[in-house]
Amino acid sequence: MAVRLKDLTKIEDKLVAGHGMCLGCGIPLIFKVILRATEDPIIAANATGCLEVCTTIYPRTAWNMNWIHSAFENAASTIAGVEAMYKSLKKKGQIPADKKIKFMAMGGDGGTYDIGLQALSGAVERGHNFVYVCYDNNVYANTGGQRSSATPLGASATTDPAGAKSAGKIQGRKDLTKIMAAHNIPYAAQASPARWLDLYNKAEKAFKADGPAFLNVMCICPTEWKYESSMGIRLAQMALDACVWPLYEVEKGKYKINFKPKEKKPVLEWLKPQGRFRHLFKEGNAWMLEAIQKDVDKEWDELLKMEAPASK
Amino acid sequence: MKTLKPLNGNQTIAEATRQVDPDVIAAYPITPSTAIVESIAQFKADGLITGEFVCPESEHSAMSVCIGAASAGGRVMTATSSQGLALMWEMLYIAAGLRLPIVAGIANRALSAPINIHGDHSDTMGARDSGWIHLYSENCQEAYDNFIQAFRIAEHMDVRTPVFVGLDGFIISHSVEVVQVEDDAEVKKFIGEYKPVYSLLDMSRKITVGPLDFTDYYFEHKRSQIEGIENAPAVIEQVGKEFGLTFGRPYGFFEEYRMEDAETAIVVMSSAAGTGKDAVDELRQEGLKIGLLKPRVFRPFPYQKMAEALKKMKAVAVLDRASSPGAFGAPLFTEIRNALYDYAERPKVINYVYGLGGRDIKVEHFKEVGAKLEKIRKTGKVEEMCGYLNLRES
Repeated sequence: MAVRLKDLTKIEDKLVAGHGMCLGCGIPLIFKVILRATEDPIIAANATGCLEVCTTIYPRTAWNMNWIHSAFENAASTIAGVEAMYKSLKKKGQIPADKKIKFMAMGGDGGTYDIGLQALSGAVERGHNFVYVCYDNNVYANTGGQRSSATPLGASATTDPAGAKSAGKIQGRKDLTKIMAAHNIPYAAQASPARWLDLYNKAEKAFKADGPAFLNVMCICPTEWKYESSMGIRLAQMALDACVWPLYEVEKGKYKINFKPKEKKPVLEWLKPQGRFRHLFKEGNAWMLEAIQKDVDKEWDELLKMEAPASK
Repeated sequence: MKTLKPLNGNQTIAEATRQVDPDVIAAYPITPSTAIVESIAQFKADGLITGEFVCPESEHSAMSVCIGAASAGGRVMTATSSQGLALMWEMLYIAAGLRLPIVAGIANRALSAPINIHGDHSDTMGARDSGWIHLYSENCQEAYDNFIQAFRIAEHMDVRTPVFVGLDGFIISHSVEVVQVEDDAEVKKFIGEYKPVYSLLDMSRKITVGPLDFTDYYFEHKRSQIEGIENAPAVIEQVGKEFGLTFGRPYGFFEEYRMEDAETAIVVMSSAAGTGKDAVDELRQEGLKIGLLKPRVFRPFPYQKMAEALKKMKAVAVLDRASSPGAFGAPLFTEIRNALYDYAERPKVINYVYGLGGRDIKVEHFKEVGAKLEKIRKTGKVEEMCGYLNLRES
């Protein structure tokens, strides 16, 4: 039976009130769904970033579960250590054989696409049994909007700003979900806060996977994307409708697209409400708008081709 | 059963690790400590250790795995050298700041550039303010003995601070000596059961490890961390005594060689101390009243005991196998000179940097130092405070 939102509200929160995240931030929305997707207790390692900083200002904590932060680039290797100790103590009989614990690492795109990619790749290759969740808001938001390798083509970031001679970032995004799928892990997926049930189902599959699993969740960020905070979920939906952020999953190597818009919207609709793309609508920058549309189309077409024939 | 075994330094660390059988071992290979990791991997493959062995993709991740594992309530070890330790640098402070009793075997090696694989102390000396306890070993036996004691020191409830056990790269890591290997059960008994304080795996108590600490708490937390290492001397002393009573080889903060009636002294750590002792014997035969002091514990620095041992000397030469560019003398020298400052009567103290990048130091070089000390003793004059040994200057 499909899970209902009202059932989820009855589950005890593992990320509780009192955190200091921005009004309209996507992070708590995402994690409140994910953390409900397993009945087993969860231990999580958190990379340095918005989620870590906003939830644990000593002496307070918003974590109603066991949680560790050690540094920026090593959430995956830190949780690998916790998981290794679990296996060791279980084998030695210090943890009961039937005691199930889920292990999870969390990081933003800075801590995942950039500085933490090596540790993530290593931990996944070694087969540690954990779920890595990247909340991808396309930017180093915790430190005020610097570019990452997830910052999209044409966006303005403080370390890659638009200016008289720049139409914003000239590189496209690193395709991390595919990179993680290429590790041949049991489960990798992209999700969005616009589709809570899809996100829940993916988190459930990730927790149930026998081996490392990777979830890449688009995270709406009113502060750095510069839009009216009340329209975040609508904006996330626009990303799906314009195929800017496709929902798909890779299960045992098979690609499946979970949402195909009936009518693909122009990328302009997604770009327009966001201040980080404002400069693109100035004279002389139309070429970048074209380039972005072309880029989105190319990636979407490629994804359609990658989808397993059986599920088409 | 206790046995005499021909082992090199790396093998002694691996052998001690097998006997201690930590719950998690995470280590990445690097010259000259690679063989520690390889031997442990082989022990694991042969079923001789029960703990988990993780071989991560870098030293940074190796220390991160150690931190995650130690936070999950068990005994943890690693090993590395040089660039590996440098890559761990960020995580060293975090291991110490989180009060995790991790033990690391370090085959001391020079740091790049220029790249060099041989032994000096630049790596651990570079991490001397990371909050770790430092033990240094003269030979394979000491490496073995120090490594076993390190777990007791690190895990003591008053200390809860990670420990480096240094052994000189190649000179000790790759030299075979006959080592007294103690009985497995006796070693396990000496180490005792691991007692977790806070554990991520304890589901009866929810904990947040590593929260953000601002101006209102950070300072107090750092102060309490410092207290851990300040508590270490009493524990190091007790464990060293107990080790002696159990296995017949007692340990203190430093070793004094022919110091009883000495008027001058050479202070030198690790493998070079062996050569130094031979030089002292020769100089004694030549009529010089010279002794040697070999520090074993560098952090916490046993400044009072060290000063008491040296204050009556007329002249002391401190030999450092690391440099501190731009500083007034190398690390060991500055500690010792500082420790002697408050004594009205104190020796002249000079410094030599030696053996960088594995450059050999021989009896003749120590004798050169002995002659210099004798000259200072006679004249009371220091011509050069900080110099170099066995170095081409032109």
